Amino acid sequence: MSIKIYVPRDSAAVALGANHVAKALQYAVASEGHDAIIVRNGSRGMHWLEPLVEVETPEGRIAYGPVKATDVEPLIEAGLLEGKAGHPLYLGPTEDIHFLKNQTRLTFARCGVIDPLSLPDYEAHGGLKGLRSALAMHAADIVKEVTDSGLRGRGGAGFPTGVKWNTVLHAKASQKYIVCNADEGDSATFADRMIMEGDPFVLIEGMVIAGLATGATKGYIFTRSEYPLAIEVFNKAIEIARGAGILGLSVLGSHHAFDMEMRVGAGAYVCGEETSLLNALEGKRGVVRSKPPLPALEGLFGKPTVVNNVISLASVPIILDEGAEYYRDFGMGRSRGTIPIQIAGNARHAGLYETAFGLTLGEIVEGIAGGTATGRPIKAVQVGGPLGAYFPPALFDTPFDYEAFAARGGLIGHAGITVFDDSADMLKMARFAFEFCAVESCGKCTPCRIGSTRGVEVMDKIAAGIEPKKSLDLVTDLCNTMKFGSLCALGGFTPYPVMSAITHFPDDFVGSARLEAAE
Amino acid sequence: MNIHNPLGGVELRALEIVRSLKTLEGPLLPILHALQEEFGHVPQSVLPLIAKELNLSRAEVHGVVSFYHDYRAEPAGRHVLKLCRAEACQSIGGEAFCNSVREAFGIDWHETTPDGRVTLEPVFCLGLCSCAPAAMLDGELIGRADLASIKAALSEAGQ
Repeated sequence: MSIKIYVPRDSAAVALGANHVAKALQYAVASEGHDAIIVRNGSRGMHWLEPLVEVETPEGRIAYGPVKATDVEPLIEAGLLEGKAGHPLYLGPTEDIHFLKNQTRLTFARCGVIDPLSLPDYEAHGGLKGLRSALAMHAADIVKEVTDSGLRGRGGAGFPTGVKWNTVLHAKASQKYIVCNADEGDSATFADRMIMEGDPFVLIEGMVIAGLATGATKGYIFTRSEYPLAIEVFNKAIEIARGAGILGLSVLGSHHAFDMEMRVGAGAYVCGEETSLLNALEGKRGVVRSKPPLPALEGLFGKPTVVNNVISLASVPIILDEGAEYYRDFGMGRSRGTIPIQIAGNARHAGLYETAFGLTLGEIVEGIAGGTATGRPIKAVQVGGPLGAYFPPALFDTPFDYEAFAARGGLIGHAGITVFDDSADMLKMARFAFEFCAVESCGKCTPCRIGSTRGVEVMDKIAAGIEPKKSLDLVTDLCNTMKFGSLCALGGFTPYPVMSAITHFPDDFVGSARLEAAE
Repeated sequence: MNIHNPLGGVELRALEIVRSLKTLEGPLLPILHALQEEFGHVPQSVLPLIAKELNLSRAEVHGVVSFYHDYRAEPAGRHVLKLCRAEACQSIGGEAFCNSVREAFGIDWHETTPDGRVTLEPVFCLGLCSCAPAAMLDGELIGRADLASIKAALSEAGQ
């Protein structure tokens, strides 16, 4: 039997040279006449080791990384094809790598393990079991299972998924829709991208189950133009699923119909907001809609619509397969199940870490992430993307849980964490939050559209040392107006990074260091 | 007065594209993407055509085209270089990296080098936050980017 060598096709791996490595391996294998095939898998999520090359051996998969194209020949000479140790890039059995070993991989169980576009591989690793059990259930029972699992929207808002589904199930309409929000624009997040590239069938399966549960027969997945590889892989996966009868007029031979299409955005961050996303899908300006009406009652083209994040939908198959209790038994408080934490920025061990809710922020950034990549002390971590708060090390005892973060003036969001070392200037970061909001505001709400620009100006005054105290009071007032006067999270949450920077790092705003620098 | 101009080559091709996609639900974004793919930008002259085919007002079509950052009114340079300006990239030298590229090419954001070779654009997140700073050259992703890797990618991409 041929030796299987795995080289990820994940964007992060490709951005670090995985395609060159795959080519070099292909060449070396062919020219030396080895009986080996190269599988382009997803990423295991250990991005500091990418490109991570694995070889299948009777003892399991053996990892090498980070591999450059020029390492390929010496690696083969050192016995890579037999999984031998000896080369400095040898990492041992993949599953034993510390970062991977302690994770609880439910949603990402197959990501990085299988060939993302092989349905037989998908099924051999537990794929389609959730869908098969859903097909044997009544719609209301599927909804109940998801409700009982405690699954909450992983996009950021944390709304109970089952409750949303129940509203759509009981809405009467000629057509209902499942919309997957894959418009993952938050800096520090890449979990959606990794699923689309590394295990697309789990998302398709989750969407079909959502269709069965609510009576929707058509699905749309809306992603970003900044994700070219995810678009390519996912569109192929849809075709394969359609060919295999998972999508179509008769889902796996049943009397249920469900089909789906991928749509691509055009570089507007605000389209990650669900109503703005619906407008983009309808071909309109991506302007936020007022709620009510809820999208669950009047969503896409005015029809009842489930709008769920990629990770929410990709977590559904395992819930239907293993049962609500299995999933609910992970986590803490009202945050049940697992969460794929994305460690980004200036972190030594950056990547994706799926675990049950409840680890403290300190355990994540100092333990799992291993501190900063630069080796300098951590100054701040931003949790939840550009609209999330900056946390100082003094708050590192905060457990990773929706309510615990809210109690500390922050949010989990899509579970992205950006690590900053002590060279970070928090005034600059606060100014950037306003600047970003000004660039990306859809323009509907005045506090967001105009407040963001005024915020940049006031920050510039503070930086120049002009009436710092008065200016800070003004920013605080402005943030209050934005927070309560904006329809969506863009204007409403921009105050989080701004105010947390001011509150936790006051020296960066009016401290002697800032004043000296201004003089 | 409504003067009827005969359609040029661009408009005829655009009409084909619009007609091939107009039966989709919510066809406008896919149409605009296809037009930009075909022409490298969305020519102003095709907006009335789209409006007519989709039974929209010209103002509505203009509103959509101008809302989204991706759609260009003018063709870009031969290569489009996007540099990420978001937080994760900033946390690990992103700003200095962006400045070094702007300085080396002598252009600011949204500008094109005088020889028409490179257009520089900011982007807010490429999903490469774990291997920042990130860049994209004509759809090719570059992680842990620096001026040297950008120059290498450009010379590989050719003139």
